Amino acid sequence: MSETNAKTMSMIVTKGTLDWAYPPFILATTAAAMGLDVTMFFTFYGLGLLKKDLNLKVSTLGNPAMEMPMGGGHMAMPNIMAALPGMTGLTSNMMRDMIKKKGVASIEELRELAVEAEVKMIACQMTMDLFEYKREDMIDGPVLGGAASYIDVAQQSDINLYI
Amino acid sequence: MPDQTLDAKGLNCPLPILKAKKALKDVPTGGTLEILATDPGAVKDFEAFCRTTGNELVESGEDAGTYRFLIRHTG
Repeated sequence: MSETNAKTMSMIVTKGTLDWAYPPFILATTAAAMGLDVTMFFTFYGLGLLKKDLNLKVSTLGNPAMEMPMGGGHMAMPNIMAALPGMTGLTSNMMRDMIKKKGVASIEELRELAVEAEVKMIACQMTMDLFEYKREDMIDGPVLGGAASYIDVAQQSDINLYI
Repeated sequence: MPDQTLDAKGLNCPLPILKAKKALKDVPTGGTLEILATDPGAVKDFEAFCRTTGNELVESGEDAGTYRFLIRHTG
């Protein structure tokens, strides 16, 4: 995979919520900045992170550890809240506000930096078919491939992550 | 005097590192890049960044909540 002697990192990106979108893009851009050759394999819900238009959300559901800073303390976000109408929109907006206020990059920005840093991206063909995604709805750059493409990269990589 | 200064104040992980990497491209080999940041995590991160990339961390300090790093472009 690598034409140079650079260290290599691969990762499987499986989740497409606002919170789960951060670790893969932060690690990919940072590794690239540190001179590693990076490949990201986007599959299942992670594939949505390659759509041109992102409208990422975060839910309290399945996130029992979630709490939001509020008035100097923290407010717990119990699972049951996810059942209230509009709650996912509310928590998503809260998260986006925090992200902006704390000088954290947006996912769009990190993704652009990853493309710029020549991070290789593989979009899972099977997931494209499964969810009926169209190639033209996705950003330019990623190549289409499957499990074998990932394994080929992973077996030659120094670091392999599943996120 | 550093060859270039990067103001990364107010930015959070990993932006100071990503911007420093970009800025280093315009610093001649042997030249220095000064980075100003407010992210406390940057202290350890610039150590790691320099160790991995082979650039030299000449100075690392803090004054009134602003961290200052001086990196020599040797990587």
